[in-house]
Amino acid sequence: MTTNVSARRILPRGARPAAGGRAAADRRLGYALVAPAVILLLAITAYPIIANLWNSFHFDNLSYGDLPHKFVGAQNYTKMFTSTQWIAALERTLAFTVVTITLDIVAALGLAVMLNRKFVGRGLVRASILVPWAVPTVVSALLWKTMFDPRAGFVDYFLGAVHPAWSNLTWLNASVWRSWAVIFVADSWKNIPFVAIILLAGLQVIPNEVYEAARIDGATGWQAFRRVTLPLLKPALVVALIFRTLQALLVFDVIYIMTGGGPGTSTETLSFFNFYTFIDSTDFGYGGAISVVLVVMALIVAGGYVRFFRTEP
Amino acid sequence: MASRKIVKETLFYLGAALVVLIALFPFFWILRTSLESNSQVAAGVGGSNGIIPAHLSWSAYTRIFSQQHFLTPLINSVIVALAATVLTVIVGSLAGYALARMELRGGGAILAFILLAGFFPPLAMIGPLFLLFKDLGVLDNVYPLIVVYCVYTMPITTWLLKNFFEQIPRELEEAALVDGATRLQILRKVIIPVAVPGVFTAGILSFILAWNDFIFAVSFLRTQSHFTAPLAIVTFGESQFQVFYNLIDAAVVIISIPIALLVLFAQRRIVSGLTAGSFR
Repeated sequence: MTTNVSARRILPRGARPAAGGRAAADRRLGYALVAPAVILLLAITAYPIIANLWNSFHFDNLSYGDLPHKFVGAQNYTKMFTSTQWIAALERTLAFTVVTITLDIVAALGLAVMLNRKFVGRGLVRASILVPWAVPTVVSALLWKTMFDPRAGFVDYFLGAVHPAWSNLTWLNASVWRSWAVIFVADSWKNIPFVAIILLAGLQVIPNEVYEAARIDGATGWQAFRRVTLPLLKPALVVALIFRTLQALLVFDVIYIMTGGGPGTSTETLSFFNFYTFIDSTDFGYGGAISVVLVVMALIVAGGYVRFFRTEP
Repeated sequence: MASRKIVKETLFYLGAALVVLIALFPFFWILRTSLESNSQVAAGVGGSNGIIPAHLSWSAYTRIFSQQHFLTPLINSVIVALAATVLTVIVGSLAGYALARMELRGGGAILAFILLAGFFPPLAMIGPLFLLFKDLGVLDNVYPLIVVYCVYTMPITTWLLKNFFEQIPRELEEAALVDGATRLQILRKVIIPVAVPGVFTAGILSFILAWNDFIFAVSFLRTQSHFTAPLAIVTFGESQFQVFYNLIDAAVVIISIPIALLVLFAQRRIVSGLTAGSFR
């Protein structure tokens, strides 16, 4: 397609009689065609970020009835940066992101290497891992909530067979660590397949000759993987990493459904805290400040994405 | 040497079987739980029950419709997800075509904006949109969700269709242009028919993304009859002391069915859509 464009560009303008008029008309039509998509996305992303910025410098809380939305300077931001609850949520979110991404990438890499081989039943394996990815988070969360329930689920039943004391463990909202363990299981079960599919596509574009060359040079399987596969897989790894980092930094539904932020506030993440501030406390000034920080975090990650693909040929 | 190879192969297939088991066994388990009665769930697996219960019944399924009124949220979800898909595919294919073929000044920036919108945190949208919908009197109404869901569906649809249109040979259009057809006629008569597979892939992914939303539904909807299906399920066990997992799991089975069918019949399309152009 690139060749087509350049071929067209080198044609002299006067070569076709109506070319100039057509090109201008084309361009007008082109803007008209992209306009609906752009306007729609501006309305649901640019409008909220501008409104959040405005609100974050004002007092705007529906619970206080008709109190004026007066300008309060940076008060909402100082409140946030000194709030122990916000700082704790930030730390939890960052820790969650690091752990979940490490788990996901390692497991997905194994899965992708497995699926990159031709074997009987490969289609079946690929279809089965797509199902957890495709179902709603509500399904993955409630499904694992069932599995870890001492009565309805199988986890305690099987653990009880290993050790009698484990047959009646309460996992959610009792112990902080067990609550997190269940959240990790539900989140990874749903998200590893997506990472695996991206990495698999990355593996499939690596030509076979590269491996053959490595084998002729006497590389063992592991050496070939480390020195040949991983470097060539870098673009796919970066794509998967960035998508997952962003999802993990913004994690919300799985936590809302499984623990509601509990026990206490020990599984509250930034998005959860933001939701709570908006919808339960109806504080749109303070919530706006929290949202602005979320957007900045997302922009930093997305900026890394854009930069990576600018520099890579 | 040969026996070592057999051991290796066996381990490989055991690994593959384990992957399928981990992915699908939980679905078997929710199906099993959804076919149990309240007392069977309360007795637990270790009770008189076992892995496959002796008595199975459809009572949980009839009860979620008769007592929990699950049909309305289900219909709401179908309407919103389908409408969002149609809206996205129409608007996204117009934008994708213009970006692929019309050499727009600033086209790169427009595409970058559309793609970056997909990275926008949903939680940073709900505050201002909540206030806006409240002022417009459409809070607790499912229809605004059709537009809001475009933040999930529009970036990937535009990107997929732009790539798809670029692969259609230019000669097809040039010939029609020479014959005096207008751009819009070409789009309708030449491009769209060729692009059907791409539109189909984008539609499937859009439907999945819209069907799966929870964040916007839980932020804007208040009354049960206005809920989408995922939101309705979460509230099933809320008011009781006991969580009725058979009811929850029956509903979980129902909202997973359309997704499972899509994956089954459109596996290849979904995989190609997910990976298309994410790196090259």
